[in-house]
Amino acid sequence: MREINPADISAAVARMCVSANTLLPEDVRKKLEEGYQNETTEAGREIFRQLIENADLSFETKLPLCQDCGMAVFYVEMGEEAHVAGGINKAITEGMIAGYKDGFLRKSLCHPLTRKNTGDNTPAVIHVDHVPGDRVKVSYMAKGGGSENMSRVTMLSPSQGWEGIKKFVVQRVVEAGPNPCPPIILGIGIGGSFELAPKIAKKALLRKLDDTHPDPVIAALEAELLEAVNTLGIGPMGLGGSYTCLGVKIAMAPCHIASLPLAVNVQCHSARHEEAEF
Amino acid sequence: MATYTLNTPLTDADIEMLRAGDMVLLNGIIYSGRDAAHKKLMELLDKGEPLPFELKGASIYYVGPSPAPPGRPIGSAGPTTSYRMDAYAPRLLSLGLKATIGKGKRSEEVKQAMREHKAVYFGATGGAGALLSKCITASKVIAFDELGPEAVREMTVKDFPLLVINDAFGGELYAKPNIKE
Repeated sequence: MREINPADISAAVARMCVSANTLLPEDVRKKLEEGYQNETTEAGREIFRQLIENADLSFETKLPLCQDCGMAVFYVEMGEEAHVAGGINKAITEGMIAGYKDGFLRKSLCHPLTRKNTGDNTPAVIHVDHVPGDRVKVSYMAKGGGSENMSRVTMLSPSQGWEGIKKFVVQRVVEAGPNPCPPIILGIGIGGSFELAPKIAKKALLRKLDDTHPDPVIAALEAELLEAVNTLGIGPMGLGGSYTCLGVKIAMAPCHIASLPLAVNVQCHSARHEEAEF
Repeated sequence: MATYTLNTPLTDADIEMLRAGDMVLLNGIIYSGRDAAHKKLMELLDKGEPLPFELKGASIYYVGPSPAPPGRPIGSAGPTTSYRMDAYAPRLLSLGLKATIGKGKRSEEVKQAMREHKAVYFGATGGAGALLSKCITASKVIAFDELGPEAVREMTVKDFPLLVINDAFGGELYAKPNIKE
């Protein structure tokens, strides 16, 4: 068993929370610059210009990129030969609390009915997968409420197949319109179960925007969905243009013979995430 | 499409001049309010008690800012999605609210109320919270402090950059999606 110091995990998580909220990932930044060059509408280009200036300013001033610093979502790959004294959840939660406090990040979690704020952005949403080996990988994502509200899970009928999936995704983007801060990024979970589809959909959002899915069939489906969504003309902030979506990331899992679960996790352009390995 | 520099409180004449697509640089006092604060404003109105600010001519910014770091009046402060306040907006518009500021679509009821009571809906750029924060020169909580980021704040803005999304004449700026059937 390899012992990993929980304080190291907490310190790295605190650092990631602050850094992800003030420094846009390079792949996202590159897409914004591409949009600024190529967007077909003047209003759309102006939005890209503002978003690039916002990213520069956030990095300089350490004011968060967006006031919605999100639910703190973590995907953990926990080596079966690794041990964290006190538990990985505690180490991550303590780091998250410190990062949100010291980084002046907004605490956005509340009781679902009384709406009383929990005060420290707890609880973090922590998904742990146990994997072979003695390493631990922690990925952090700041997931904003505006884009999350535009996300959906549905149970399609197997007969609806790919065409049904495509129709649902396009319809979702149409209905969401300007609400989730386009240009958006789509995490699509196909298959699994009622709870697994959204979990893999969100995890897919951790991928780099400019990567290509290793399975060429899925890569082609991602390209097909991206094109379908971008012909809608919704554009940056819904003001019209060809950049409605910056990337589509699909994850698949086998499902029950009776089902075709589908999850569409909408992410805003402020796609804040980082990872650390121990 | 024109660019106007306007001062709060907004007047009927200001509103009548504006058309969807116009750009406005807003100056003066605006008030923050989002989900929880709106619910509390409704409770005050139901009880016949005064609101924490004068609604006539007022502009409400749908925002829950991040905490102000030392030396700054406010943290990051971009708009939140407006439809969640649609349930409350018509009542406030009928009482003299002149502008709401946010992002995303409004309901038919809100658009109708804007036509009826001469008001506009401004869009600010979502996800540009650090940039918009630069235009807020002062901020203080004036009600519902217990709501934390959702408290009502009186904010002083300087050349706050906005787009008219919905005007008082039924005009709307948002693009209609191209849907092939």
